[in-house]
Amino acid sequence: MDKQLLRITVNNEYRELYINPKRLLVEVLRDDLTLTGTKRGCNTGACGACTVILNGVPVKSCSVLAMQADGAEVATVEGLAEGGKLAPIQRSFLDHGAFQCGFCTPGMLMSATALLKEIKKPTKDQIREAIHGNLCRCTGYNSIIRAVKAVAEGEYREKVR
Amino acid sequence: MKKFTVINTPVHNIDGVAKITGRAEYAFDVKLPHMLYGKILRSMYPHAKILKIDTRKALALTGVKAVVTGQDTLGIKQGIWRRYKELCDEEILARSKVRYIGEPVAAVAAVDEDTAEEALDLIEVEYEPLPGVFEPLDAIKEGAPQLHEHAERNINVTRHIEWGDVDEAFRKADHIREDWFRCSSQHHVCMETHNAVASYTPEGRLTVWTSTQSHYYIQVLLSWMLGLKESDVRVISRYTGGGFGSKFEIDSAQFCSSLLSMKLFKPVKITLTREEEFMATKRRTPMFYYLRSGVKKDGTFVAKEARVFTEGGAYTSMGATALYLTGFFQTFPYTWPNYRYDGYRVYTNTAPTSAMRGFGAPQATFTAETQIDLIADDLGLDPIEIRRKNAMYPGYEVPGQATIQSCGLSQCLDKIEEWIKSRGKLPSNRGIGIAAYGFMSGGIFNWFDTPYAFSSAVIRINYDGKVDLYVGSQDMGQGSNTTMVMICAEELGVRPEDIRLHMGDTDNCPVDLGAWGSRETLMQGNAVKMAAAEAKRQIIEFAAAKLSPNIVYDLDIKDRWIHLIARPERGLSYFDVVKEAIRGKDGQPIITRGHYTPHRKGMISPAYSFGVQAVEAEVDPETGKITLKNCVTAHDCGQVINPLGVEGQLEGAMAMAAGYGFTEDMPMDEGKILNPNLVDYKILRSTEMPESKVMEVETYEPEGPFGAKEAGEGLTNPTAGALSNAVFHATGISVKNLPITPEKVLEALKAKQRKKKK
Repeated sequence: MDKQLLRITVNNEYRELYINPKRLLVEVLRDDLTLTGTKRGCNTGACGACTVILNGVPVKSCSVLAMQADGAEVATVEGLAEGGKLAPIQRSFLDHGAFQCGFCTPGMLMSATALLKEIKKPTKDQIREAIHGNLCRCTGYNSIIRAVKAVAEGEYREKVR
Repeated sequence: MKKFTVINTPVHNIDGVAKITGRAEYAFDVKLPHMLYGKILRSMYPHAKILKIDTRKALALTGVKAVVTGQDTLGIKQGIWRRYKELCDEEILARSKVRYIGEPVAAVAAVDEDTAEEALDLIEVEYEPLPGVFEPLDAIKEGAPQLHEHAERNINVTRHIEWGDVDEAFRKADHIREDWFRCSSQHHVCMETHNAVASYTPEGRLTVWTSTQSHYYIQVLLSWMLGLKESDVRVISRYTGGGFGSKFEIDSAQFCSSLLSMKLFKPVKITLTREEEFMATKRRTPMFYYLRSGVKKDGTFVAKEARVFTEGGAYTSMGATALYLTGFFQTFPYTWPNYRYDGYRVYTNTAPTSAMRGFGAPQATFTAETQIDLIADDLGLDPIEIRRKNAMYPGYEVPGQATIQSCGLSQCLDKIEEWIKSRGKLPSNRGIGIAAYGFMSGGIFNWFDTPYAFSSAVIRINYDGKVDLYVGSQDMGQGSNTTMVMICAEELGVRPEDIRLHMGDTDNCPVDLGAWGSRETLMQGNAVKMAAAEAKRQIIEFAAAKLSPNIVYDLDIKDRWIHLIARPERGLSYFDVVKEAIRGKDGQPIITRGHYTPHRKGMISPAYSFGVQAVEAEVDPETGKITLKNCVTAHDCGQVINPLGVEGQLEGAMAMAAGYGFTEDMPMDEGKILNPNLVDYKILRSTEMPESKVMEVETYEPEGPFGAKEAGEGLTNPTAGALSNAVFHATGISVKNLPITPEKVLEALKAKQRKKKK
């Protein structure tokens, strides 16, 4: 199959690459752009480990063709910290022990980031709903919910400025 | 000065920044130059002879570099219970016979995964299907199809545990109750599926990056299977994306990628798909449980008899341990004076069953705790009271098996009773169930036949005072890396950030048996503490000359300050003394070692955790659906090392255990799993998880580092039993067949209605 030109902005960096149009977004991110922070846990859209933010919306990158992201902006876990400074949600995950093995964590962080952009002060139920598509086998979710809630309550605002 | 400066403070996970920035490189992410990709062909039959395998067409496909079958192996039957030859029964790549659907028969290496996948379809395997047998109670019958030549009636392992005079005691009981239970299977569902990158080079060395709970076991088992020296196999596993018991035996990804790489002298990567993970990796052991218990009218436990038949699947794996532990923990955490257990592990044509978090104890706790509530109900006794009356206590001896040193069970019961009272009267269709439990802090028995200490640690202190800590323990997410750093920092008297941890690499780390059986905090922790204590002793030697204590034991180091214990303001900087010490030691860094092997501590484990859990659940009488409302646990893990870590372990274990109780199952049809994906196999999602509260009961365990014991697996034990009791108190029905699905609840409710009408 002829390769096609993919123009994509990942973590604020514009990239052009020729790819097989059958390839998935997660494959291009991991294999071509070496952004291996984004994980794959099932390849069927069921586990959420591959969640990235596409034009502001959290999507499972194993269920999106890379060409569907042509011209789009994609944010992955590697883009959360800026200049060596952790994002509030990352600091909160550390403080709340909101991860263990860490394999679902990049997807979890992206779902949480998208939620906090959309709803400034989500309730616990809204947080549960927002990460419903992200499976975690280690934490039992409650520490993650506490971590997201703490950011929503502004606990990390001062530290960022 | 405070008793501790590091222990019992919330310390960030030392791997945290790497994990939350996406930088952590799991074996799943490893990519080497010229790397090839492998795929495994698996049996579609539950039981069949392999007559012929023709790989020519597959090899002719462009992009295919090699195909291996059982004929390319040394034909060794391996097993993790190495000490017992008859328990080593698995070839991994079958040579002449397959015994379960999903058993590997060939593997392909190609330029990419798609090509390798395509090649699998071109391998022609000629089978002669054999009749299969799928349930242990069928497989043990005379005349049933036999899986292994050596195992008549498919009996793989038997276990007998007995103390007291059981028959005589039953004669003296006021009330005897008999129940049958069925405990289902469960899958670990690690978010990182099994995978390996193997690279064999002409020097005769094999390097394997993999996701594992024990790099040492994988090194030893791979070298045995491949005919290499142990030290010529290097296993690297820096981050492991979940284990839960599924990753300390050698797996098909590790073995097949190694074989292919040894043929090609190129790196080969094999990553199992989620479907392969479900159908062909190991899983929790299903058990049929018969329980007969005799008690006095006042609830005093008199005698118990348990008979268990477990679905072993096709191979032994860690099944012998699960069979023993379920029998042992069946009495936990109570003082049954008379007990008899007979367990039978039976081969079946299903995927092998093995270790999973709790390791036989969740089955024991579900059955025992459900029956205790039924007995309490028979006699009109309070569930807390009957447990309190028979609770284990410090100093109790399990006859011939174990001595309980620390035990905070009665405090746990008090805390849970208080919480239940605070809930007041519950709405209708809602109930609170409790379950008490205990668990081991690492195993004692050397079935692996290791010549090494069970845990070892090495410390090197450099000129700048920074500490390199080398451990063999494996962090699969449970947080042992952070725990070891904290133990080292406390004992040596420095801060966690002064320590660089080295782990997950057999070339550079001392041996530890790995992360299973809740052994790391106590065993690896003791080894680290010993190494740190020796390093501290050496540093204090140099400080003594300047601080002139009366005796050297008057000196200590806390928070980088070497001082007189009685006059802490008089002291020296740790960093300054280390500098002088190294100059004074021929310019050698301070290097010390520590090790730990449990001995003379009974049959099972040197220490036991205890706890009580209460689950509040609501049952919809129309649909049978269960909703978890609250989950509260009082837990005694000795001295807490890292509160942040303990809380995470307990909450996470509870979620997994709740899944075992009411949502997770592996239904099969003639050995074929019907739900091998994350849509139909239902682990709890965020919206199904209730609020969970953890109350620590601190005790001091003399055998543990700083008094600590396990906090990893124990909490997987109570939830299914507590949930079944909650359903019982909410509705009056008892479901003795896990998982407690809406269908089973409705069926039992209907049966209860019918009984009422009569």
